[in-house]
Amino acid sequence: MRVSIQQQDFDLSAELAALHGNAGQVGALVSFVGLVRDFSDSGAIENIYLEHYSGMTEKALHKIIDEATSRWQLINVRVIHRVGLLLPSEQIVLVATTAQHRAAAFAACEYIIDYLKTAAPFWKREQTSNATHWLETRDSDEQRTARWENKTA
Amino acid sequence: MKIKLLYFGRPADRLKVTHELLDLSTANFSTEAATLADLLAWLRLRGAAWEQELAEQKIRCAINQEFSNLNEKIKDGDEVAIFSPISGG
Repeated sequence: MRVSIQQQDFDLSAELAALHGNAGQVGALVSFVGLVRDFSDSGAIENIYLEHYSGMTEKALHKIIDEATSRWQLINVRVIHRVGLLLPSEQIVLVATTAQHRAAAFAACEYIIDYLKTAAPFWKREQTSNATHWLETRDSDEQRTARWENKTA
Repeated sequence: MKIKLLYFGRPADRLKVTHELLDLSTANFSTEAATLADLLAWLRLRGAAWEQELAEQKIRCAINQEFSNLNEKIKDGDEVAIFSPISGG
């Protein structure tokens, strides 16, 4: 159950191989990678800048992972979130889960990224050709998180 | 009453401040049962940019690294964070 917040990029296949660790009981590995888009409501994106609250962000992510592991039978979880200046097409975030069966791995992966969006302190600023714009929590993300409040599995 | 104040996201960017140590006992601030809303109101007196950026509807806060409502009380030694709504992932 490892969390990293870092500037540098990550090697997806190396991370997934490490998470699997050739553990014989792992029957399912699910991963989600979030990427920088080259457009938004404000226009073409030149770059984005991400910041976090050192200490609080890590705590918030561990709390989300703890909740996921109490809901589903997971073997392992890996979360990496990048900060600093990122260009379109770069990787921003990785959430990966392993479990004996796919249902738990799929659900927990989606749960963790949904809560990361609404409960982990990160801030994202978009740079277009003529303006910078701080993004705010989207209603659609709040709604996705809210769906989990009424689900048990 | 001394507090450590941290800023993130839009207010940090627009007000050009990431952190400060405040001694509110010596400031013109009523520390008795002071809330986050009181602190924000006091900070807004610093000028037009502060008044605009720290408007309550634009701001979220944390006390000692826990998300907190604006009616929660602050006390000596607290780490208070002021930020725009979060947007990670």
